[in-house]
Amino acid sequence: MTGPLLHAENLHKTYRSTPALEGAGLAISAGEIVAVMGPSGSGKSTLLQCMAGIVRPDSGTVTYDGRVLSELGDAERSRLRRADFGFVFQFGQLVPELTCVENVALPLRLAGRRRRDAEQAALPWLERLEIAGLAGKRPGEISGGEGQRVAVARALACSPRVVFADEPTGALDSLNGERVMELLTAAARQSRAAVVLVTHEARVAAYADREIVVRDGRTRDLESSR
Amino acid sequence: MTIGQTLLGLLEEAGPRHGYDLKRAFDERFGHDRPLHYGQVYSTMSRLLKNGLVEVDGVEPGDGPERKRYAITEAGVTDVASWLAQPERPEPYLQSTLYTKIVLALLTGRDAAGLLDVQRGEHLRLMRELTRRKTEGDLADQLICDHALFHLEADLRWLELTAARLGRLAAEVGA
Repeated sequence: MTGPLLHAENLHKTYRSTPALEGAGLAISAGEIVAVMGPSGSGKSTLLQCMAGIVRPDSGTVTYDGRVLSELGDAERSRLRRADFGFVFQFGQLVPELTCVENVALPLRLAGRRRRDAEQAALPWLERLEIAGLAGKRPGEISGGEGQRVAVARALACSPRVVFADEPTGALDSLNGERVMELLTAAARQSRAAVVLVTHEARVAAYADREIVVRDGRTRDLESSR
Repeated sequence: MTIGQTLLGLLEEAGPRHGYDLKRAFDERFGHDRPLHYGQVYSTMSRLLKNGLVEVDGVEPGDGPERKRYAITEAGVTDVASWLAQPERPEPYLQSTLYTKIVLALLTGRDAAGLLDVQRGEHLRLMRELTRRKTEGDLADQLICDHALFHLEADLRWLELTAARLGRLAAEVGA
């Protein structure tokens, strides 16, 4: 495929009377890591949610692999999110009742894999994220940095083509945050997964291949502003 | 970086050395981006010699200029100690070129917001490069790159804040 894998064009979204996006757009190629930066309230998370098919824009289109997301039914969009997309959020994304390996195996089980098979497939991801020793622990028994590594492992375990990461290091100190970023970007590059990385921290954005800035609901590509 | 004191410190650590060996040791440990020129080494060593901080420990005649071997003196050791004990003056950059450019852009009716964006892009590009170097490097690379990254990040925060205050700044400078 030559065009972008994921392409948002001229997105508009208003919450009640507050505009969040006013003509935002972003094109991402397969395997590309793009940081979406901007101050709080600029619309960057809304852009991510529209691109991931979580939120439906008021107008504009999001095309993924040749398909317009808003033209898909709810079931098809859910299937896409499960099979092709991975998600890492700031916190609160692990199921507290499940162990770490069960958490990582969860998307595989939702995709129809049997329990033992899914957990077997999850283990190498824990190893890759350097947390194999935590497999049997529950989220309440591990640190925030460890929890984010579990979340990264879970996002990548189903071999997604796009990972959406919304402030993945927002709740971590800088040392842990950097390690999570190193592991996330290295694993994504190895798997050829594209990453949409929403962050307000330049040090986190510096792990991406390029950055765009969202300001007042509009996107601006700094590389092309010269 | 103070080259004189760094060379003195290296002399103290490794014992008497030739200027060439000092240059190599300096480049290996601290000269990642800017290796020393031979001229810098020899002029620095002559100054240290004149000030009694090093002494000539031996001279080897060769085809080119004779090779002096330097040793640190007591005064040199004291100089290194007091340099290390002295905190560095934080540099507040009160007269930054960027500030001047932005004000001038406003005063001359040019696109100050665009200027800030271009600068942001340039900062981010360098941060990406340093991050790549850090990820692939050893601990020394990581620390050196982190120092630069934190400074660039501080600059970026200033650029963002300034972008948010451009309207007020324009009014205040009378643009």
